[in-house]
Amino acid sequence: MASKDELNVAATEEQASITFEQAMESLESIVSKLESGDVPLETAIELFQEGMRLSSLCGQKLEQVERRIEILVEGESGLGRKPFVPAQSDS
Amino acid sequence: MEPTKVITIRDINRLIKMKLEGDASLQDIWLKGEISNFTRHSSGHMYFTLKDEGGRLKCIMFASYNQRLPFAPKDGMKVLARGGISVYERDGQYQFYATAMQPDGIGSLYLAFEQLKRKLEAEGLFSERLKRPIPSYPRTVGVITSPTGAAVRDIIITIQRRNPAVNVLLYPVSVQGTQAAPSIVKAIAAMNALGEADVLIVGRGGGSLEELWAFNEEAVARAVRGSRIPVISAVGHETDFTIADFAADLRAPTPTAAAELAVPHAAELRQRIAYMRGQLVRSLRNALERSRERLSRARQSPIFMQPKRSLLVQAERLDRIRERLDYRMNAQLARQSDKLARLTANLKAKSPEQQALLARQRLDTNRRSLTLAMNGLARTNANRWSSLVRHLDALSPLKVMARGYSLVYDERERSLVRSIESVQPGDLVRVKLTDGKLSCQVWGIEGEDVQDG
Repeated sequence: MASKDELNVAATEEQASITFEQAMESLESIVSKLESGDVPLETAIELFQEGMRLSSLCGQKLEQVERRIEILVEGESGLGRKPFVPAQSDS
Repeated sequence: MEPTKVITIRDINRLIKMKLEGDASLQDIWLKGEISNFTRHSSGHMYFTLKDEGGRLKCIMFASYNQRLPFAPKDGMKVLARGGISVYERDGQYQFYATAMQPDGIGSLYLAFEQLKRKLEAEGLFSERLKRPIPSYPRTVGVITSPTGAAVRDIIITIQRRNPAVNVLLYPVSVQGTQAAPSIVKAIAAMNALGEADVLIVGRGGGSLEELWAFNEEAVARAVRGSRIPVISAVGHETDFTIADFAADLRAPTPTAAAELAVPHAAELRQRIAYMRGQLVRSLRNALERSRERLSRARQSPIFMQPKRSLLVQAERLDRIRERLDYRMNAQLARQSDKLARLTANLKAKSPEQQALLARQRLDTNRRSLTLAMNGLARTNANRWSSLVRHLDALSPLKVMARGYSLVYDERERSLVRSIESVQPGDLVRVKLTDGKLSCQVWGIEGEDVQDG
């Protein structure tokens, strides 16, 4: 039995390794497989569990607000970057 | 002089018209001039004269072409018009039939635009097959535009509003002036080298054709098409099309629209995720329901519901088979006993007892016949005998002797004396008479002629 911490670590690692797009695609394919209705019950349950896990993963990723808005600047050592805030009112 | 052939005015006008229309150098040409005598007929057709320092030319632009004019022509306006020369037959007047028109000044740029567009189109740069799909869920959107101005703000605000989790990486470029095109080309290359952005938005706000010109440059179009990262073009306002728009994987009418196309709305995504969760639950429920139904159908199968019935079926089968067996056995038995009876009868018919009986019957019959025959014979013989006896009696010598005859025997009475020769005188003889014997002695013999017969 894995401890709760280990599970958390695993979950975090997975969150990092799989992209939102990949997770959504897996989720969509699981849903369509289940919808087709020709999977054995055991597989259906497994798919369901995997689907629920992926859907919460997608939800988590969606809520992760760690957005970066950066501007690339050319420096002496090539491209650098710094945070960017667009001017409030312009045109 | 005598005219060999007279041609009607109409025919000559028609001939001239055909000549002019058949001349490629008079068709699909661009003319530059100033508009005068402009009238717009109630039918929608436009009539005007184009003039320059050297001359003037009557022009007409039919309603079907002028409906889409991006400006309102008027007297004194300098324009660039596209069209061909033909003849209005009735008046014998040649005119320019305009199909497109631009205000002059940008006219040369417009020509350059058309030329480049045609060239790149022929090259296949705008082919739909080259267009790559825009990723559904980009993590980072690369923005190539001016760091100042409405466009970048619109893009960033829109992305933030729709999906706060998406990163924005801005590559600042100048979007107008001579430096614009090279800086855009460089930015696209840098974004590709960095490889961080999942999709690029390249664009600027609306402006005049001159202001947008960088996006009509060949280098920009090729850079857009050459980008590994899919490109959404976002130039100007709604109606302005640039060469970059044609080259891009997706054309957005405005920078805001580009941001919307690039980034899915978080709320929509949440909805989609919720919908898929719902589908998961529903599908699993359905799967369970189907399995449950299958199970209960299986349970309701007669084999489980009435296990005895299946035994009864077998028992019935057994009975049937037994019946058949009995039937066959009885039939066989009947056949065999019939055969036995037949054989017995045959045997009986051939039995020696019967033969014995018959023999006895025959014996009896024979015996009876024999007895009858014997009796008959006896009777017959008795009759014969009695007749013989009577006969004999009649012949008896005693009877003869009774009549006086006697028999003479030798002395020992052994033989009858039939002739005189068998005796000698002196012999003793015995004479038998009917009532006794006499012993005598022969005294003489006297022969007698005896006649025979």
